[in-house]
Amino acid sequence: MRNARLFSQIAVASAIAIILAGCSSNTPSATKSTLPKIDTMKTLGTGEGQVNIVAWGGYVESGANDPKVDWVTDFQKSTGCKVNVKVGATSDDMVALMKTGQYDVVSASGDASLRLIYGGDVAPVNTSLIPNYADIFPGLKDQPWNSVQGVTYGVPHGRGANLLAYNTDIVKPAPTSWGSVFDVNSPYKGKITAYDSAIYIADAALYLMKSKPSLGITYPYALDQKQFDAAVALLNAQKPLIGEYWSDYLKHVASLKSGGTVLGTTWQANLNLALSEGVKVNGIKPVEGSTGWSDTWMISSKAKNPNCAYMWMDHIISPKANAAVAEWFGEAPSNAKACALTSDKNFCTTFHAADASYWTDVYYWNTPTETCLDGRTDVKCVPYSEWVKAWSSLRNA
Amino acid sequence: MGRVNNSLASWMHKRPKVRLLALLAAPGLWLVIAYLGALGALLITAFFTINNFTGDTIPGFSLGNFHDMVTDPAYRNVMFRTLGIALSVTLICSVIAIPMAFFMAKVAKPRSQKFLVALVLTPLWASYLVKIYAWRSMLEPKTGVIDWLLSPLGIHSPGFGGPAIIIGLSYLWLPYMILPIYAGLERLPNSLLDASGDLGAHNFYTFRKVILPLIFPSLVAGSMFTFSLSLGDYITAQIIGGKLQMLGNVVYQNFSINLPFAATIATIPVTIMALYLWLVRRTGALASL
Repeated sequence: MRNARLFSQIAVASAIAIILAGCSSNTPSATKSTLPKIDTMKTLGTGEGQVNIVAWGGYVESGANDPKVDWVTDFQKSTGCKVNVKVGATSDDMVALMKTGQYDVVSASGDASLRLIYGGDVAPVNTSLIPNYADIFPGLKDQPWNSVQGVTYGVPHGRGANLLAYNTDIVKPAPTSWGSVFDVNSPYKGKITAYDSAIYIADAALYLMKSKPSLGITYPYALDQKQFDAAVALLNAQKPLIGEYWSDYLKHVASLKSGGTVLGTTWQANLNLALSEGVKVNGIKPVEGSTGWSDTWMISSKAKNPNCAYMWMDHIISPKANAAVAEWFGEAPSNAKACALTSDKNFCTTFHAADASYWTDVYYWNTPTETCLDGRTDVKCVPYSEWVKAWSSLRNA
Repeated sequence: MGRVNNSLASWMHKRPKVRLLALLAAPGLWLVIAYLGALGALLITAFFTINNFTGDTIPGFSLGNFHDMVTDPAYRNVMFRTLGIALSVTLICSVIAIPMAFFMAKVAKPRSQKFLVALVLTPLWASYLVKIYAWRSMLEPKTGVIDWLLSPLGIHSPGFGGPAIIIGLSYLWLPYMILPIYAGLERLPNSLLDASGDLGAHNFYTFRKVILPLIFPSLVAGSMFTFSLSLGDYITAQIIGGKLQMLGNVVYQNFSINLPFAATIATIPVTIMALYLWLVRRTGALASL
């Protein structure tokens, strides 16, 4: 009995020590609303032999999914940098992965990039070390999601729209509106899918923006409480229609293949995978327009392989690699010279790479903040943290 | 060298506390740092908050997360749903495991006994993920093998959702229930069963009055596995749960964006398990294990 007491005393003492150590090493840096000062790389050295990348599925292909789709092997041969990739399923995953400090580069969408910049997780980019940066479409450079106060934080990768996928054998007539995934009397009840992330609330807001003008939504990422509640109510009404929510793109493709999903939001890259497996599926940008993404390659402020990271950023926006990614993922390339190198010569026209007017109804993922992003000053908007809570609550109800 | 050892040994011999400390240093450190330390960190994180914009964790003390958890009915629902699933899995596993273990321990010949134990263990050789993905393709509505088997009887595959999770988890954890009950039954002398029969008890009466009380501790041991493993599971729900979520999914969903809230949710299964163990302790089953 005395032994047991001694032992428990030791246990308590160690536990307290650990807790104290944990608290003191973790000095809080208060609320980060100011831009953290992080040094920019000055000169490029020799490669470290490897680079650790966080990317969207389909952005870093080494031929494993399709032997013809490979822009990694060349890079590894010419630079000696072995590419290790970790696929992020959502922007939230990517932010969390970058916060670990174990990765060098990330392909961040607009709803992740600002969080990373203000969180001090990414460093400014010295574009003079990236020769291919010169050929990027001017319309993509120095945008609100990839630069702050005139400082560039990344290189533009490409942009695209979230599409409405439907099984061409089963869904007839073909849908034209996002209304088809919100129709409570849908004949496809139980076989509809939606993207499993808080950012999907913007898709509901976009539909309401066109179908219920009285709500006065002008930008799906700037919702005041009333507009936000309407969007969440629409998603709650949609829930009985949903068979599965998806975030793992491979599971999503499997579900399209098995017929478990016949209608719902998707990416072109997923459609390409499904099509290559013989699934009868098509994807459209509905009449309301779409949410979408404009992605940026960013370098970690704690990068252990900064030289290889810079080499990767230069490689992935080089005309050849940029064209290959764009065609595989189904998005508009960011490098103007990539258009000459796509296997489909009309690709850049189809995806409106240089056509600014096409992108007016594509609302790139953005991080909602309390200050309304649409410029309204008479109301407060619902910040992203509340979006996350609402989504978590909706999914678990 | 030997002399140093000897003198150290005799020094230790006179100091039982030091001896005990040296003996327990490794397991103690493991228990305190890796186990209790992690639990403590979890509990403390639950009181932290996050920066609304960057999602960075801000240490401090706030009951906001607990307030959110208690006031939002969604989390009450997910708690009861998870509890229901864990209890159903435990019940199903015990109902299947008791006759199975009884057959293995009392009916089968000694040689086939070992073979049966090996058979029960074989599913544990395959990866958890492989088994659940196999269930995914089997449970697929309309095209899956379960639907094909049952459709002549007019029954359809339950599809992905709560029933699928219960089936999947029961399948996964069944060996953890069978083995302790088998071990308990093996220790049970046959003479007791004979005596019960000689005194005129029916089979069911013997089971209720003789077998069940004696294997109760084993049943409790098995249920601790099936119950706690089901309570914390999230992968099965992700793969065959359709849009249904369990407590583990809430943690998984939140840990990347709102770590303190994920920690708050994670205190629920810890509390439920503590209550469960406390109840078990009150029945006295732990003492006779």
